[in-house]
Amino acid sequence: MTAHSLDSDVDRQSSNTVAPRKEDQRPVASVITLRDAAVERGGRRLWSGLDLTVAAGEFVAVLGPNGVGKSTLVQVILGALPLIEGEVRVLGGAAGRANERIGYLPQRRSFDPSLRVRGRDIVRLGLDGHQWGFPLPAWWPWPGATARRAATARVEEVIDLVGAGGYADRPVGELSGGEQQRLLIAQALAPAPDLLLLDEPLDSLDLPNQGAVAALIATISRAQRVAVIMVAHDVNPILSHLDTVVYLAPGGSKIGSPRDVITGPTLTQLFGTPIEVLTASDGGMVVIGHPARCEDHAGQQP
Amino acid sequence: MILAAGPSWNPIIDLQQMWSFPFMVNAFRAGTIVAVLAGVMGWFMVLRRQSFAGHTLSLIGFPGAAGAVLIGVSASYGYFAFCLAGALVIAALPRAGPGGYSEESAVTGTVQAFALACGFLLVALYKGFLNGINSLLFGNFLGISAGQVSLLGIVAALSLAALAVIGRPLAFASIDPDVATARNVPVRALSVAFLVLLGAATAEASQITGTLLVFALLVMPAATAQALTARPGRALALTATIGLAVTWLGLSVAYYTPFPVGFFVTSFAFAGFVAAQAVRHTRPRWRAASTETSPMPIGIAR
Repeated sequence: MTAHSLDSDVDRQSSNTVAPRKEDQRPVASVITLRDAAVERGGRRLWSGLDLTVAAGEFVAVLGPNGVGKSTLVQVILGALPLIEGEVRVLGGAAGRANERIGYLPQRRSFDPSLRVRGRDIVRLGLDGHQWGFPLPAWWPWPGATARRAATARVEEVIDLVGAGGYADRPVGELSGGEQQRLLIAQALAPAPDLLLLDEPLDSLDLPNQGAVAALIATISRAQRVAVIMVAHDVNPILSHLDTVVYLAPGGSKIGSPRDVITGPTLTQLFGTPIEVLTASDGGMVVIGHPARCEDHAGQQP
Repeated sequence: MILAAGPSWNPIIDLQQMWSFPFMVNAFRAGTIVAVLAGVMGWFMVLRRQSFAGHTLSLIGFPGAAGAVLIGVSASYGYFAFCLAGALVIAALPRAGPGGYSEESAVTGTVQAFALACGFLLVALYKGFLNGINSLLFGNFLGISAGQVSLLGIVAALSLAALAVIGRPLAFASIDPDVATARNVPVRALSVAFLVLLGAATAEASQITGTLLVFALLVMPAATAQALTARPGRALALTATIGLAVTWLGLSVAYYTPFPVGFFVTSFAFAGFVAAQAVRHTRPRWRAASTETSPMPIGIAR
């Protein structure tokens, strides 16, 4: 549907994953493969021995306290930071080679209140902002009018998808944090990515919005078979949607299904502080002891 | 100007009268070129919140112009040489973080003061020219030669052509540098390119409004347009239109009065800005239903 072209360096296997859309019979190709990966930042080893395979449509949360390298993992997947050991493959190639097929939502607070650009324009940048040239208005007859109409329609489509139609024409700086976050998710979705990298997308939201945005991302992931890597601080709002959990902690890392990883003994061992996991009456889990709280100490360690 | 008895208040007759003098024709041509270039660059400058860089560039241009006059060449060359060199120096300074020059403000303020002082020395060294300090600082349109108009036109055409090539990724990099980086937009190179273009625009604006009043054409039209619309295309067109209007009005009024053109251009631009703010804040504000109450999106499209 959109403009991303398949470069010849993307191998056969991964080109299956962009085949138009998106029946369940398509072959399960891994979107991300990390093998025995280790990374350093500022001379300090953040994590090592990380093995992770993410399939299309999988919803993965990266959890853990500040400073353990959650955002660094996102940077590695984007190809912005090299591994010091091991191997990373993203969408069938080296990391960074297929970033036009990745929707990326960086960690941030919000747009400047004085930014006088419509939400719609922010979303549009996600679709074609990287292309050279100057955007012509949609009504301009020549050249590429068809492509521009298609782009306009696509922007409209993703804005509707995230439920931002009511405020997409207002200056983005005037919008609430939740409204901005939905528009940014629409921006990430605009080029029909095969992988969403979301760095703390729930952080600036209030509780009802956290639940709503988490559910929205889960729905998109399932319905469109988009792999999602979400860095999160608090596991509770997304717990019921997750397929896989990557827990990074100063004491090592743990990867598995939520049921295997989010257990009292595992978390207690990872964080070195007592943590309890309760099962609610509806089968949902709640993490108590709040891993986020011990980060203040863990994050200080050099 | 005391060349004419007074306006006839018929715009066509008045323009005909003004344009019977070659220096007025040159002034209008130069003003038109500069208003469009400065307006368009100014819109990006306001978007990138780099007004401080623009102001610094204009002050760096002052000793350049004074030095050029001292060694007997056109002030234009001095403006261009110093503004472009200054742009490269600012580009080489390490940036504090996305969007801001706040960290360097003390350094830049120091450089600004030194640039002004150097310019003053150079003007003083050229003893016969001391009256000319007013035109360097506050603008003068009497002495614009046909050659100067050609130079302004060529530089403006090159700058606008370059902007047409980098416009869209520049906007992306300005609004959303992290995502733009992930999409392989050369954010750093675009920042340097923009500063060079801004240097050219500042050098041009200085030749109409003088060093101290460049914001009349660089900031005010863009800020006025942004108050009136959040659509980038319309805002850019409006910026150029406002810049043209205040320049032509300023030149016309200055022709019939003994007062300097810089004052009139700046005052008209300021009046426009105040009027736009008044319109913006009295316009009925419509708040669409916020995310908290909007229904969860259910339609999935791709």
